[in-house]
Amino acid sequence: MNFPIEVNNKTILARRGETILEALERNGIKVPTLCHMPGLNPTGSCRMCVVEVEGKRNLITACSYPVEEWMKIKTHSPRVVNARKTNVELLLSNHPDDCLYCERNGNCELQLFAEQLNVRERRFIGKKNKYKTDPSGSSIVRDPAKCIVCGRCVRTCDEIVGVSTLGFIGRGNQTIIGPSFNKQLNLSSCIACGQCIMACPTGALHEKRHSGDLQNALHNNKTHVVAQYSSTIAISLGEEFNLKPGREINGILNAALRKAGFDKVFDTTFGADLYLIQLAAEFEQRLNEGGRLPLFSSDCPAWIKFLEQWHSDMIPYISTCKSPQQMLGSIINRYYADTYHIKTEDLYTVSAMPCTAKKFEAQREQLTHKGISDVDAVLTTRELAQFIKLNGIELQQNDPELADYPFHIRSSAGKLMSVAGGQTEALIRTLYFRLTGNELKQPRINQMRVQKDYKEVKIKMGKYTLGFAAVNSIALAHKLIEEIKAGRDDLHFIEVMVCPGGCINGGGQPIRKGSNAIKIRQKSVYDLDENDPIPVAHKNPGIIGLYTDFLISPDSTIARDLLHTSYKKREVPL
Amino acid sequence: MADILDEIIERHVNIQRDGLIPLLQEVQSSQGFLSEEAIIRIGASMELPTSKIYGVATFYDQFRFEPRGKVHFQICHGTTCHINHSMRILQEIERLLKIKPGQTTRDGIFSVDATSCMGACSLSPVIKVNDTYYHDVSPADLKEIIEKSKSKSLHP
Repeated sequence: MNFPIEVNNKTILARRGETILEALERNGIKVPTLCHMPGLNPTGSCRMCVVEVEGKRNLITACSYPVEEWMKIKTHSPRVVNARKTNVELLLSNHPDDCLYCERNGNCELQLFAEQLNVRERRFIGKKNKYKTDPSGSSIVRDPAKCIVCGRCVRTCDEIVGVSTLGFIGRGNQTIIGPSFNKQLNLSSCIACGQCIMACPTGALHEKRHSGDLQNALHNNKTHVVAQYSSTIAISLGEEFNLKPGREINGILNAALRKAGFDKVFDTTFGADLYLIQLAAEFEQRLNEGGRLPLFSSDCPAWIKFLEQWHSDMIPYISTCKSPQQMLGSIINRYYADTYHIKTEDLYTVSAMPCTAKKFEAQREQLTHKGISDVDAVLTTRELAQFIKLNGIELQQNDPELADYPFHIRSSAGKLMSVAGGQTEALIRTLYFRLTGNELKQPRINQMRVQKDYKEVKIKMGKYTLGFAAVNSIALAHKLIEEIKAGRDDLHFIEVMVCPGGCINGGGQPIRKGSNAIKIRQKSVYDLDENDPIPVAHKNPGIIGLYTDFLISPDSTIARDLLHTSYKKREVPL
Repeated sequence: MADILDEIIERHVNIQRDGLIPLLQEVQSSQGFLSEEAIIRIGASMELPTSKIYGVATFYDQFRFEPRGKVHFQICHGTTCHINHSMRILQEIERLLKIKPGQTTRDGIFSVDATSCMGACSLSPVIKVNDTYYHDVSPADLKEIIEKSKSKSLHP
């Protein structure tokens, strides 16, 4: 039911049950917020969203107060603006105040509000926060000195991701945010997904930079520098350069990376196709030989770490396939380097991923040879954008070029792996072909494209009726595992993606582009799949060539050796 | 020690979140502090993340995370004691023992906590050393109190 309320002397329509903030936003009136997160319970702790309501003695927080019919609201009265400004000044009073040296310089909400509210002097001089940064995590760096304790990362970790690694520690102005026992991140239950970085308004959480050695490697004539970039990056990177959201820029990116000095540029979507082939083969083998089913997907390193920590007894159910990044990394190190006579020690492989957990993955003990990883540096989308800018490359002024032979062709099935549910869809296509010898008549699996955290589809393939589920939430994965332990047996494959929406919304993506951007990226992936000449991984001629020349078959010794890995139980405080 | 912990947790089985603090209090009074192991096991039995339990426990001054020393100082930090300069007593103890509230000396002999009102405001400032109360304490008295209680604990 709608009813009128008065805002800044104008009448707007509000809906019963919504908060003042929601009514204002729907009517195009912007009120600054810090601790507020759309979709999650309001806490009203930062008091940035205060408004003046006639008849109320105190200012009230718009994010947590429900609208009422009689309300006369002022959103930007001198009293309100003054209160907000004081708020920001108080937040700044113990802040390190070193914006020029901060990861989030130019992209910080606190900085933005200080600018908008015209904070121009240090009115309150408090004792500066002097907490040590925690660089221990392989993906995420925590800098409590810059934390304004808004709690967005804590709520993200609890309610969106569902691992609850972060919590408040202490009380009052001594409160900090950290893992259990205030331990270092590498000893905590953190799964490195990076969603906390996406939530953080300041520089208190950011990814561990891998771009340090890259410039040296690129300018060392002896080093052969190879790039591989995720299919997701090609869709989201443009946003950092004000290109049309959702536009796929593979071609431009290939050209830009070559200009920056990369010797070869490969598309990780090739690795995704390889992953799909190996995954389908492993599935078929388990199905025929009575192996452990349901098979769990293994491309999301955050999900893997979750399982190793919480449900180590389920490790035999995880596919042993390496992720697309690591598969392509292995193939580059062995097949590509051998074919082109490049010494492994001269080879430097960089991957660009929408993910922070991929940094962790690249350093997994099981994925290194004699301590050396197949992927030397992993950049997030943000780092890649910065790298391109650093090298003075005008992205838009590049003519599209193809990725490099032999890993230049991709299927649109590999591309689908960017979205939640896409991997299942892509796997079904290849699996159907393996089990029946025919292609699916309708390769588009609509049940996997609905906007839900849990999707399920049953498909008849030859003599089998197989159940596929795609889970896009750790909490739901947890529940499903309990069901499986209790005896549920109608599912044969389970895909789990930690980040909401899948890799398109990964922890390494451009910060704060809103839920609309995620929908646009998703649509872009589906559009690409619509009329693609190669809609299935097993028809990728590059992949066929690789098996003919080198791998022979998905279960050859060399394929087992290069493309599969193992997992181990992790002891961390949960 | 583990058995007692099991027993306490067992007694609180099926409790809701609001029963967490009494459980933590019981564990602390039995073991003298909240160990990591205790918090992890409480978390497993209540299906609560350890980060949340640690968050609740660090919110309150009553919980400590290091074992108590043989000589445990509790400095009253209630309103009256505060007005009568209990902070100076705390600072002097920190200076003499080189530890802060919540900590224990490396030799395991001394530990210090700042506590809320002990209810003896007319005698403030008050400190409690193990089971002995000292009233109207001044920073100058502390050296003697420390020596006395140390020898008492080592040669009972």
